[in-house]
Amino acid sequence: MDVVMLSRLQFAATVFFHFIFVPLTLGLSVLVAFMETRYCQTQDPVWKQHTKFWGRLFLINFTLGVVTGITLEFQFGTNWSRYSEYVGDIFGSLLAIEATVAFFLESTFLAIWVFGWKKLSSKAHCACIWLVTLGGNISALWIILANGFMQHPVGYTISETAKRAELSSFAEVFGNGFAWWMYGHTVLGAWTLGGFFVLGVSAWHLLRNHQTEFFRRSFKLAAPWTLIMAILVAATGDFNGKDVAEHQPAKLAAMEAQWETERNVPFNLLVIPNVQEERNKVEAIAIPGLMSFIAYGSSDAEINGLKDFPKEDRPPVAATFWSFRLMVGLGMLFILLGLWAFLARNKETINPKLLKGLVHNIPLPYLALGLGWAVAEIGRQPWLVYGLMRTQDGVSPLAASQVSVSFIAFIVLYTILGVLDIYLLRKYAIKGPDSEEE
Amino acid sequence: MLETIWFILWMLLWAVYFALDGFDLGLGTLLPFIGHSEEDRRAIYQAAGPFWDGNEVWLIAAGGVTFAAFPKAYAVMFSALYTPLLMLLFALILRAVSFEFRDKILSEVWVSLWDTIHFIVNLVACILLGCAFANLFMGIPIDAQGVFHGSLGGLLNVYGITGALFFTSFFILHGALWLILKSEGSLQIRAIASCNFIWPIEILLLLLFIWMTLARTNILQNYLDTPALFIVPILTIAALMATKAFLSAGQLWKAFGSHALFILGITFTGLVGIYPGMILSSLDPQATITIFNGASSALTLKIMLGVVIVMVPIVIGYQVWMYRLFAKPLTHEDLELH
Repeated sequence: MDVVMLSRLQFAATVFFHFIFVPLTLGLSVLVAFMETRYCQTQDPVWKQHTKFWGRLFLINFTLGVVTGITLEFQFGTNWSRYSEYVGDIFGSLLAIEATVAFFLESTFLAIWVFGWKKLSSKAHCACIWLVTLGGNISALWIILANGFMQHPVGYTISETAKRAELSSFAEVFGNGFAWWMYGHTVLGAWTLGGFFVLGVSAWHLLRNHQTEFFRRSFKLAAPWTLIMAILVAATGDFNGKDVAEHQPAKLAAMEAQWETERNVPFNLLVIPNVQEERNKVEAIAIPGLMSFIAYGSSDAEINGLKDFPKEDRPPVAATFWSFRLMVGLGMLFILLGLWAFLARNKETINPKLLKGLVHNIPLPYLALGLGWAVAEIGRQPWLVYGLMRTQDGVSPLAASQVSVSFIAFIVLYTILGVLDIYLLRKYAIKGPDSEEE
Repeated sequence: MLETIWFILWMLLWAVYFALDGFDLGLGTLLPFIGHSEEDRRAIYQAAGPFWDGNEVWLIAAGGVTFAAFPKAYAVMFSALYTPLLMLLFALILRAVSFEFRDKILSEVWVSLWDTIHFIVNLVACILLGCAFANLFMGIPIDAQGVFHGSLGGLLNVYGITGALFFTSFFILHGALWLILKSEGSLQIRAIASCNFIWPIEILLLLLFIWMTLARTNILQNYLDTPALFIVPILTIAALMATKAFLSAGQLWKAFGSHALFILGITFTGLVGIYPGMILSSLDPQATITIFNGASSALTLKIMLGVVIVMVPIVIGYQVWMYRLFAKPLTHEDLELH
């Protein structure tokens, strides 16, 4: 394998691994902050117990999110130095702002929150977790603004003398609508995941009649939250799709396996693409005009087919298509499951089928978020910065052997850490809350 | 002008990172030597407990600012030093994880495994940072395209190794000074003994490092050109002497503070010497990345300056508040498992 492929694989592996931990950090922090706020308002020690129990799971997860994030900041330089040189003027500043505005806030106040239970008033302590939540969710904004620049570059000019992209308008980079919709979709996805995590762990205990009162309360808190977020994810996804249609037509065509350029395109519930022959093997259960409508808001709109694009400008169709389909399917499932949990939350007994479903569902939002990023990033290919720089042109001048070794090292280290972390999360989730303190 | 301001900020971020995270790295390196009992070891972890993550963000900020203000320097530095930087990354990952995982399973094997990892990765991080910076002072073999023509072994030259030992010695002393502030009883006595043990070694390595720096690098030239700059190394040495004086007088916070100033000073002394260079090429002076050919556009530099001027004082403000909140020595109650 060449350096480009190895570097892509390494980046993909490390970024996906990172994004196993990020969404729970974003989602669970908000819920823990709610719990502690309830404690501040009511002084009910059970809310404190909630804060501590879910807070501990939050922490176990948080550490790996942080450390695997450093990898990414390093990797733009280590593996994508040509890219970093070319767009650092814009992309680098967004990362630097992320560090100074968000990372300090998140890590400093998290430490105060963890070690400061007895040193701060309950209100000040509660403020700390809100600042952690704020820090985490702001950091997501800046990194997605950076990714948004790769997806839909705005606010730059190409400098002929410096041979690179240079910032021309910070306001345009910051106000990049494409990025803001991505941000909304991603963060709401993370909040949905946090909600399903709380529902899933609670369901596990409720099935076993263990600490029923405690976990009924968690369940009641998380159920409406999860339903609302699951609906909003789908809604923002729709706006995301319209942006993709406008700015990344080749990605849209790959997401839908649309080969020919047509008007009034139907949405086929069942599609199996055949990439070799540039057609779909199966197309069934068509809803007329829906695809055109989803993409452009009009059932008559024209959609560019993949054949309109030279082969070297098309993203990998199968990976983009299947990731998108599966993500959308999971998104629908989450709305239904969220609705069911919402309706069941006050019932005397909750249907064990729902509880079992919620337990098995725990990994699925993770999968959905990973697939969403696969659509965004694989669908962006062959571009590193859409329309501006190809992926192969951004790689560092390294020997393939160097990257092979580091890639293997990442896989080994990350596998061990991932297994240990999931083991610890499971252990402490199953253990349940500590008895009331003091 | 704008580039020079950014060079100063760039130095400052690296220096603050060393002055803060330095004590975490030093504590980790001291762990097996002075952590005799389980409670001692827990105290050593907890002495860094609330601080290390916030300290580490200074590294991320330093990296991020290098990327934003000097993208070419960031690109070449990180790709040329590919292997050592990824080793540093792995060390930092394992350090963070050892803080979080160690007390999560109550088994002797598990705990001592993480203690061993914690020691090794902290030591490795000290060595790599020292070695990398020494090589940056001296220059590395990059060509005009920013392609690195050296090897990992080439970075481990005599000067690089001396730099590694020197950095490790002052990180250890820094950790021991911090531990004196955070501990009581026999552990504190051992921390003081470690200071006294490391002190002459640090002085010796400092002298060796200065001598080799004069012999192998061009750093002196900037000082000869602008003699006023000599104030930086003079204050640096003064801070080091003050450290010892305060320690002997039992003024422990001042001793730690002086040593932090020494670390800031030593970083400044080296980097002032390479100005306006950032990544010096040992192959071809034309290939050196300077603040002029490596900087971002004026617009980016101005916007980022605004961000830094607003944000960094705020960050310092709440970090100082955090340090004050957790400044007291650890008590038995602090060391109980929660």
